[in-house]
Amino acid sequence: MINYGIAILLLPLLSFIIMIFVGKKLPNRGDWLSIGSVAITFCLSLSLFIMMLFKYDPYFKVEKIFTWFNLGTLDLKIGILIDNITIIMLLVVSLVSTLVHIYSTSYMKEDSRYSRYFAFLSLFTFSMNGIILSNNLLGIYIFWELVGLSSYLLIGFWFEKESAANASKKAFLVNRVGDIGMFIGIMLFFSSIGSFLFKDLYLGVSQGMFTVDTLTIAGLCLFAGAVGKSAQFPLHIWLPDAMEGPTPVSALIHAATMVAAGVYLAFRLFPIFTPQALTIIAYVGAITAVFAAIIAITQNDIKKVLAYSTVSQLGYMILAVGVGAYTYGFFHLVTHAAFKAGLFLCSGSVIHAMHHAYHKLDDHKSDAQDMRNMGGLKDKMPVTFYSMLFCTIALSGIPFTSGFLSKDAVLAGTLAFSSQYPNHFLLSLFGFSAALFTAFYMFRLIFLTFYGKPNSKKVFDNIHESPIQMTTPLIILSSLSFFLFFTFPNFNPLSYDGWFMTLVKSKDSLVPGYLNPTAYQIKEEIGQAHNLALFLSLSVAALGIGFAFLIYYSKLISADSIYRRLKVLHNLSFNKFFIDEILKKYLIDPFLKISKYIAIFDWDVYDKYFINGFGRITENFSKTVGNLWDYKFLDQKIIDGFGRITKFSGSKLRLIQSGKIQNYLILVLVGIIILYVFQAI
Amino acid sequence: MDFNILSWLIWTPVLGAILIVILPKNRMHLIKWIAVFFTGIQLLLSILLWFNFDNNIQGFQFMEKSPWIPAFNITYMLGVDGLSLPMVGLTALLSFLCVFVSWNIDKAPKGYFSLFLLLDAGMMGVFLSLDFFLFYIFWEVMLLPMYFLIGIWGGPNREYAAIKFFLYTLFGSVLMLIAVLALYFSSGRTFDMIELMSTAPTALSQISWWGFSGVKVVWLLLFIGFAIKVPIFPFHTWLPLAHVEAPTAISVILAGVLLKMGTYGILRINFPMIPDGTVWFAGILAFLALINIIWGGMCALAQTDLKKMVAYSSINHMGYVMLGMSAVVAAGSKYGSNIAAAELGMNGAVLQMFNHGTITAMLFILVGVVYDRAHHRDINGFGGLASKTPIYAAIVALAWFAGLGLPGLSGFISEAMTFLGAFPVYRNIVILSTIGILLNAAYFLTSYQKIFLGKLNEKYKDLPEINRREILILVPLAILVIFLGIYPTPLIDIMKTTMSEIIFRVEASELLVK
Repeated sequence: MINYGIAILLLPLLSFIIMIFVGKKLPNRGDWLSIGSVAITFCLSLSLFIMMLFKYDPYFKVEKIFTWFNLGTLDLKIGILIDNITIIMLLVVSLVSTLVHIYSTSYMKEDSRYSRYFAFLSLFTFSMNGIILSNNLLGIYIFWELVGLSSYLLIGFWFEKESAANASKKAFLVNRVGDIGMFIGIMLFFSSIGSFLFKDLYLGVSQGMFTVDTLTIAGLCLFAGAVGKSAQFPLHIWLPDAMEGPTPVSALIHAATMVAAGVYLAFRLFPIFTPQALTIIAYVGAITAVFAAIIAITQNDIKKVLAYSTVSQLGYMILAVGVGAYTYGFFHLVTHAAFKAGLFLCSGSVIHAMHHAYHKLDDHKSDAQDMRNMGGLKDKMPVTFYSMLFCTIALSGIPFTSGFLSKDAVLAGTLAFSSQYPNHFLLSLFGFSAALFTAFYMFRLIFLTFYGKPNSKKVFDNIHESPIQMTTPLIILSSLSFFLFFTFPNFNPLSYDGWFMTLVKSKDSLVPGYLNPTAYQIKEEIGQAHNLALFLSLSVAALGIGFAFLIYYSKLISADSIYRRLKVLHNLSFNKFFIDEILKKYLIDPFLKISKYIAIFDWDVYDKYFINGFGRITENFSKTVGNLWDYKFLDQKIIDGFGRITKFSGSKLRLIQSGKIQNYLILVLVGIIILYVFQAI
Repeated sequence: MDFNILSWLIWTPVLGAILIVILPKNRMHLIKWIAVFFTGIQLLLSILLWFNFDNNIQGFQFMEKSPWIPAFNITYMLGVDGLSLPMVGLTALLSFLCVFVSWNIDKAPKGYFSLFLLLDAGMMGVFLSLDFFLFYIFWEVMLLPMYFLIGIWGGPNREYAAIKFFLYTLFGSVLMLIAVLALYFSSGRTFDMIELMSTAPTALSQISWWGFSGVKVVWLLLFIGFAIKVPIFPFHTWLPLAHVEAPTAISVILAGVLLKMGTYGILRINFPMIPDGTVWFAGILAFLALINIIWGGMCALAQTDLKKMVAYSSINHMGYVMLGMSAVVAAGSKYGSNIAAAELGMNGAVLQMFNHGTITAMLFILVGVVYDRAHHRDINGFGGLASKTPIYAAIVALAWFAGLGLPGLSGFISEAMTFLGAFPVYRNIVILSTIGILLNAAYFLTSYQKIFLGKLNEKYKDLPEINRREILILVPLAILVIFLGIYPTPLIDIMKTTMSEIIFRVEASELLVK
């Protein structure tokens, strides 16, 4: 079983290595190699999945631990863990990845860097599988950054576009902010436990090695990683920009899998979160859910709507973790992966068609992603339309879909939590409002894109349904939104009982003296909350769809008049609450400015005046010594002084040398007398 | 081994230098190939040494000892252990590669290559000497060729840079010399480092000069001498200047090897010989590490000259080495006898020394590649080169990501180890230092974007792609960066015994007892 895991991990890596070096020279530019490797990982994951269904054991788990290196006393251990959650995640990732690979063969056909694209996709699949298979925090951190790398490479795939290059850098840096928090959390745990393994972590926590405060802080630090990767408020800013990447990439990485990694991490860590940490997590999730949904309402770019929708849905999942209903959050992750990937691929199909139409008309100015340029595409692209409609129904939470089940479960969880802690009623309120907005903006998207009059007749005439490599993944993904895939063998479309809920069991909290309801107690509450949640969520969904219908389909309510009345709100939403601008103005720009000042100080002040000052002082000192003292005084005054004295005395004594014998005799006489006197003394 | 391999490692390049000096000036080709030959022999010898080194033996191996100036008890003593072996390997590898980096030097190649080989010998000597006097001699020997290499073959401002480098380092050397003599006279008139490791700790603790404790004074004198080389804030300003002005190969040697001598000296001399001083200073060392990391990172972020950015990144990266070194005190009972943390920090520090050597070599060589073609290094003056020179852009991406500490490449694991090691003792400092990893990403990605991404700058539509010689120079470094990022065990196995020894010596300090 472990060998399956290792193969699943390494196959895409192998494909990446081959593709990056010789991909271009392979027949068909090597796409078959990437597709083959990811298809094999899918088959392996599927066989693991079938094995899991036959075992039907909620507590199934195999683990293999390796020593990475030894430092004398410290053994650094890493390893692979396979349990039901792992298997389900592997299946989701490999399935979506395979479909996206196939889809891309058509979508990216004309790109000059085709094989590089597939190499990066393989790199991503490798890294993502690494996160899922790791049984330790360090391993997760390593692959965490590696998915960040593949995300960087793929967002900036069309790097000639300034916006794409900016978006990729932003994604990497914003994620690093979260990663730093995560790394601090890892250090906090490691410094007490001396191991990165989850099982040692669980053991340490349950033995009370940490105070509640430390545990809260450490837990939140690790959660910061999830905030970055899963685009939670306020680190969500990178995800909408990430839509600069090719659309299949958005479907795979920025909708279905990588962004869910944060949620996945939160599931793994749920048992060690303290009540305080969970409360904060719940609010982060709730705020993100409603906040992103509000922004999605006013966006005109089809991918931006979906991007904010993703942020909002990720908020739901995080909210579920926070209120203790984390298996439902995981459920939502899985169902969302299918229909959100489907939605993105559908939007890709529309964009592809629009792009081709513009290309044909030699129009390089119009925006192929702006929904205002679309309209009436329903009959031109029936497969895309019906797939997208079904995924939209799922996302809006209409019965008979998987999305209904999972969203209902999450909302029931918040209701149960709020009924136990009435002062946290906002969590439910946010959850249901987000559901309302979701239904509204998704149907707005459907109506704007597929119904109504086409914006330009010429463009409309040139629109064609996408080729089969693109439509097949759409059909598969949208049909996976059918409830039965997740509830088998339970045929009741309103109940989420089934294999999934049986095999994914929530773990109880390991925090000593944990006072909040454990996941188990929440579940009992959910039974009671279920009916209310069902009623409420159906009502808000109907309300949202109804409004969208009235405004964008039948046009009974004019969008303009609403816009005029809610101008301020509209502006806030349309401009994404100015978060980017605020961060830029008050955080990034000042920091860059400070850096600049520091660099100038370092080079032009500190070095030039202080360090060189020493040199100057030495120089001046030497000059003083050399010039003033050595030359002017010692040399000129003292040494030359002797000369001058000699010269002076010489010039005076010269006068004695008169040449007259008498004078000489007198001098001799004086000399003798002096000598005589000296001797006498 | 039955021949004096360590002596051969040092003197082989000297032979090459002599040979080049007696050759006529116009045999340019022969001069280069002689340099290749002798650095190649040195590299082979170091590989031989690497494979014959026994990881499990404590203390020094392949020792050579003979009297030199008996009157002052000065000996010619060489030896290698788990701390010096990685540095020896790094020196040999980078020297060999740098001969090829210097392939297009056409200004007085005879002088250049003979000085280069002399420099190589000096560096090797520093890492292999076990006699303090000999160590000092090599330390100085290395300085002179460096002065000329920067001052003659450097950029427009070369003379200023060279004299600044020379004076700055000489200032440090003088302080070091005082410390060497203090150790000599206080510890029984010996320069033998192994002996000093056992006698100096007690001998120094009994001394005080005018009320200053001998331990602190000698520690600080040595530290400043070494800190200038690292360079540790606030002794760092010679570095950006020297790096920017030096020719590419010399920048590589400067950043790749010379900086390591500073931290090598602290680990080889300060730590084991003056453990009390080490414990006394460890907190300040961690704090200086923080400043190096943040200051270097912020300065790098603000640069517009690519080479200067890489130079400041060295200051930032050497901060991680210091951070790891400061973790040594974790082993003391005062800090809960956390030997694992001390091991992480110390091994991480030496690993980071090696990894920074290979990564920064790649960075400087790559900067040289574009400078040779575009004749400027202004980050804002390029744009979109990735579409014109995809291979070059890919290799730069690898080096840049290694520099920003991407997991899977060698920089990550050593940085992570230094953080993890220092964390239990200096929690707040480490938490603040993590800002450094954001800064790393910021300046590397920003510069990458400005140079390689976006629309191609029309000025460079004919920019030639990186050539085969340059690729072949970079490949061994790239392989090391990737290999050690995934599997650092071979290098860690070499150093861990020695690191445990140093930890053990520092731990013996009374200041660490609870």
